[in-house]
Amino acid sequence: MSTSSVTGVSLRSRSASRGVTQPIGAGPSGLPRLLCALTGGATSPHLDAHRATYAAPPPPGREPLHELIDVIEHSGLQGRGGGGFPLATKLRAVAAGKGPRVVVVNGSEGEPASNKDKTLLTFAPHLVIDGAQWAAAAVGATDIYICVDRRASGALTNIRKALEQRRGEGGATLHLVTVPARYVAGEESALVHLLNGGDARPTRTPPRPFQSGVRRAPTLVSNVETLCHAAQVECFGPQWFRQFGLADEPGTALITLSGSVEVPAVYEVPIGVRLSSMLAQAGGTQRGLAGVLVGGYYGTWLDAAQAGSACLSNRSLRPLGASLGCGAVVVLPAGACGLRETARVLTWMAGETAGQCGPCVHGLAAIAGAVSELAAGRPDVDTLARLQRWAGQVEGRGACRFPDGAVRLLRSAMSAFASDVAQHLQFGPCEGAQRPAVLHVPESSGVPWR
Amino acid sequence: MALRFRLVVDPIACDGRGTCAELFPERVTLDDWGYPIIAGQPIDEELLKLARQAVKACPVLALRLERIDPSR
Repeated sequence: MSTSSVTGVSLRSRSASRGVTQPIGAGPSGLPRLLCALTGGATSPHLDAHRATYAAPPPPGREPLHELIDVIEHSGLQGRGGGGFPLATKLRAVAAGKGPRVVVVNGSEGEPASNKDKTLLTFAPHLVIDGAQWAAAAVGATDIYICVDRRASGALTNIRKALEQRRGEGGATLHLVTVPARYVAGEESALVHLLNGGDARPTRTPPRPFQSGVRRAPTLVSNVETLCHAAQVECFGPQWFRQFGLADEPGTALITLSGSVEVPAVYEVPIGVRLSSMLAQAGGTQRGLAGVLVGGYYGTWLDAAQAGSACLSNRSLRPLGASLGCGAVVVLPAGACGLRETARVLTWMAGETAGQCGPCVHGLAAIAGAVSELAAGRPDVDTLARLQRWAGQVEGRGACRFPDGAVRLLRSAMSAFASDVAQHLQFGPCEGAQRPAVLHVPESSGVPWR
Repeated sequence: MALRFRLVVDPIACDGRGTCAELFPERVTLDDWGYPIIAGQPIDEELLKLARQAVKACPVLALRLERIDPSR
């Protein structure tokens, strides 16, 4: 295969000769796109093999390259870390700040139900780094910090190998930083605080990182998958990117599918695909379903009927109170107890509070306790009223959005499993509550914050 | 147009002593754990003095008056 014409093209000649929609290489015509590396065997490619497909990003200068941001804007790429925010808007905000600027690759992936960023870091580390270098060139950044969960040994090994292969290559200076295995450590202000020598706990905002981030520089914090898409968009063009997905939510997304399905794995799907067809692609559910958790433990429960009609897009999920989030989907089989599963997740969440904001510290513990009592069949007459009051008292009252996630999970569980709630109130715990739990809940780590 | 303000709490700094709710019950109530819930609407002119007192009295300086940007 002769692809040498793609490699080593300098930006100067390229930007002079192409408009924003003119690609500089041919991307894969079908699926998968990001996960191509996996289909060729589960090893990460050497830089030379990677460069056969992907042109090298231009070395960043002191000034932003707005034409690179234009390409991202035309693609319509939205963040895949949970917020779904347009990447081009973020890039412009950072580029508008006074340099030097910084790019932070968020690979902390503290969401227990998500495995896609670790997968990319492990099997496509050069694509991750390329994405960061493209972003650095776009905003005019001197430094890139790749932040990876400290426990993710496979991802760390392969990203270190990839960095070694790039030694002596130009571009923004690359730094690898390991992040404590705590959920909120991946919140962007927490990452910035860690990189500034503090602990990995969220700080009061504003300023947001794009205003004042690492060493007070304007800082782009972007998710691993988002940056991989960005690298492909820069190489293959916005039109190529838009061949899959919806007009207002273009492209593909990685879905970490787990729970009661035949083949739990990371899947790459066009945004907007039916949840039911994605489950069929994964070999189907094992025993029918009681509900589906969309967006991971920071996400929203759908009941069986909602899950049957939902598509994997924010447009389809928003009316159900849900969003694609980080793309983690967990299937709860028929017969399992959604209340018990939710109680376990909420208990874990209460243990993951950064311990800084009173309503989060006390509220999450109180909510987890009450849902646990309900799940165990020991509620009192006021349990539901208390839960409702506490949900209102916790929502929107943290420095970060972590407590809001717990409230959303609670409310969606009370609605998706409403008949279970009634049953538990009247007759005590259901049969499902005696069976082995389905959702994987990590031990609340209690590990240090730096 | 007169400057408008709203009361804002820094949830990280706040340790729930409740002084603000004592001094400014018109806009501050406490949640079940003693942390202030602040009504979001602008502070009217006649309440501004009370609001300033509450801000000054906060033992951990977690409370502040924030100017409302009229352009937003």
